[in-house]
Amino acid sequence: MLRFLIRRALGALVVLILISAITYGLFWAVPRDPAMLSCGRDCTASALKIIHHNLGTDEPIYLQYWHYMVGIFAGRHFPVGNCPAPCLGYSFDESTPVWPIITGRLPVTISLAIGGSVVFLIVGVGLGMIAAARRGKLIDKVATTLSMFMYSMQIYFLGPIALAILVYGLHLFNNPAYVPFTENPWGWFVGLLIPWAVLATIFVGAYTRMTRSLLIEQFQEEHVKMARAKGMSTPFVFFRYAWRGALSMIITQFGMDFSSLLGGAIITEYTFSLQGLGAFSVEATDKSDLPSIMGIMLFGAALIVIFNAAIDACYAVIDPRVRLN
Amino acid sequence: MSTMTMPAGSPAATGGEAFLSVRDLYVRFSTEDGIVKAVDGLSFDVQRGRTLGIVGESGSGKSVTNLTILGMHNPATTTIGGEIVLDGQELTGASERQLQQLRGNKMAMIFQDPMTSLSPYYTVGRQIAEPFRKHTGATKRAAHERAVEMLAKVGIPQPAQRVHDYPHQFSGGMRQRVVIAMALVCNPDLIIADEPTTALDVTVQAQILDLLLEMQREFGSAIVLITHDLGVVANTADDLLVMYAGRAVERGTVEEVLRAPQHPYTWGLLGSMPSLTTDVSLPLTPIPGTPPSLLDPPTGCPFHPRCRFTEHVSGARCRTERPELPDGRGAACHLTPSQKAELYAEDVAPALGEEAVEAAADAERAADAEAVEDQVPGSTDSEENEQ
Ligand SMILES: Nc1ncnc2c1ncn2[C@@H]1O[C@H](COP(=O)(O)OP(=O)(O)OP(=O)(O)O)[C@@H](O)[C@H]1O
Ligand code: SF4
Ligand SMILES: [Mg+2]
Repeated sequence: MLRFLIRRALGALVVLILISAITYGLFWAVPRDPAMLSCGRDCTASALKIIHHNLGTDEPIYLQYWHYMVGIFAGRHFPVGNCPAPCLGYSFDESTPVWPIITGRLPVTISLAIGGSVVFLIVGVGLGMIAAARRGKLIDKVATTLSMFMYSMQIYFLGPIALAILVYGLHLFNNPAYVPFTENPWGWFVGLLIPWAVLATIFVGAYTRMTRSLLIEQFQEEHVKMARAKGMSTPFVFFRYAWRGALSMIITQFGMDFSSLLGGAIITEYTFSLQGLGAFSVEATDKSDLPSIMGIMLFGAALIVIFNAAIDACYAVIDPRVRLN
Repeated sequence: MSTMTMPAGSPAATGGEAFLSVRDLYVRFSTEDGIVKAVDGLSFDVQRGRTLGIVGESGSGKSVTNLTILGMHNPATTTIGGEIVLDGQELTGASERQLQQLRGNKMAMIFQDPMTSLSPYYTVGRQIAEPFRKHTGATKRAAHERAVEMLAKVGIPQPAQRVHDYPHQFSGGMRQRVVIAMALVCNPDLIIADEPTTALDVTVQAQILDLLLEMQREFGSAIVLITHDLGVVANTADDLLVMYAGRAVERGTVEEVLRAPQHPYTWGLLGSMPSLTTDVSLPLTPIPGTPPSLLDPPTGCPFHPRCRFTEHVSGARCRTERPELPDGRGAACHLTPSQKAELYAEDVAPALGEEAVEAAADAERAADAEAVEDQVPGSTDSEENEQ
């Protein structure tokens, strides 16, 4: 078990190194001269040179990558300023290192991801379970139709409608805004309610369909039939056997969705003007702020890799076939 | 004595002593393509302490029949008609709750694939103990002890340790033993085994069948054994039911059916299935054609599109009139008894080996004698009992 986890963690590390190298290569090598992007219209050769030096791009690419990686662990000094560890680069637009910007934006994104996940897990998985248990009945048809409808929804369509009705029409809510949980938990909750609901809606459809079809697949499994054939009650068969089998797939999907949400729910944040990582990545792209884009990319990739490793650890807990090998 | 062990020609004794009695069973599934007539007017009996083998090609309704006995079909898409009586209790109208009391307790099922019929998430001990606790109200501790006892009984070494293991830690044959332990934990009176050895190595197959028979001797259970392998039937079963297109087409004791089969479909099966009674050097010849669609089964005898002997039946009766299966020994075929014996002896048996030819010749003589006797009133019963 421990050996499995260590092996998995080492694997994750290798993947991260590979991803960082590829990302670095893509971002710094493909635009022939990244300095040009920051140099503006009346760019002179000497200005360009200074920028190169500031960016550190006057060095060969492998050295640049090496400095970048070392910087993550040891920090770096740029001519324009200090970048303490973990240094994911230095944003010239903001005149600050990238890492503090990311951590500053993270609470918004985490709040959005956690709240939205709770809603779509409860509603989506719950609906899927009900639909599977009552398959073929009216409630199944309603749930299936509803999930199709929600699955085809788009946030940039649903968000403004929700705002128009709930905020501007009925005045039930204030305009969504982020209030730190530590300052005002109730304000945090109310301020994010609409974004959570809208974000969850598009996931609910997918989770309902997935849960329903996974469970129905499980009902056909011989060991689930066997549980029935030995006289176990319907709820017992449903939860102890069918649900248990469906669980690992749902966890996998959730791990992927949650880690990508943590990397920034771009459209949701944009729609509700929330200053999270998603909004930051849009701003950075707008301004061609390469160090920031690179930093966010790497951060998101790291999240995905870490969550994948966490999912595998979950498997080991819930599946004896993994645990005991 | 059962209906199936009576010599041919005896009046059928139905119901009464049969532990499981299936009468005129219909099972229909509504699907997108239409109504599947998976079981169509099937009747059979099983006695305590005896084993009924059911054979038939894939799709002939063997599994559906047995899942129906356990009441496992989705009532929303399944229509069930006829009667299933288990030890005096009518099952076709029973509620899910009543069925739950019976499943795993009075009747138990063993599925084909031991690799998939145990949940990978729970220890074998727990999976064996579950039905025992449910049906007997035993404590956790008592159920655990019972699980160890059952594992020992089915021949798993070191049962007190292995009871804590997960299914993937057992080999295929050992897993099927675990499944049998699970099925038998409440001493069921009826055991339905749906191809219990198909997924196992040949060497393990015999061990598992021996184990089943041993358990039967100990508990006096009735067994329904579904199989593709006539060799298994010959060694294990007492009675035999041959199914085709959701119907029973021939029945009798294993002896009777294997020595003197009466239905052209059974003849085809004998030539196409591995069997211990036939010569291994003889090639297997598959029955030409394919099993009929159960959405739209053929009229008359369902086997007529594939039957080589339709011209021996007068008129077009094979196509228009459904042959009935008599109670007791017999076959659902319009051929006369002497035609059956003659055609089998001359046309079919030679391809099945010497033993079959000899048996067929005996059967033919007996059938001729019977035919003569039918014309001579007042003949003795002694000849009849010789066959
Ligand atoms: N739930 C269902 N809905 C619709 N059709 C079904 C259903 N279950 C079984 N059938 C059909 O009923 C027929 C009989 O199936 P069954 O499983 O009893 O065959 P079988 O004799 O056990 O075959 P095999 O030897 O392959 O196990 C098949 O044509 C099958 O497709
Ligand atoms: S009834 Fe006719 S078609 Fe059917 S098995 Fe007998 S001979 Fe063949
Ligand atoms: Mg089957």
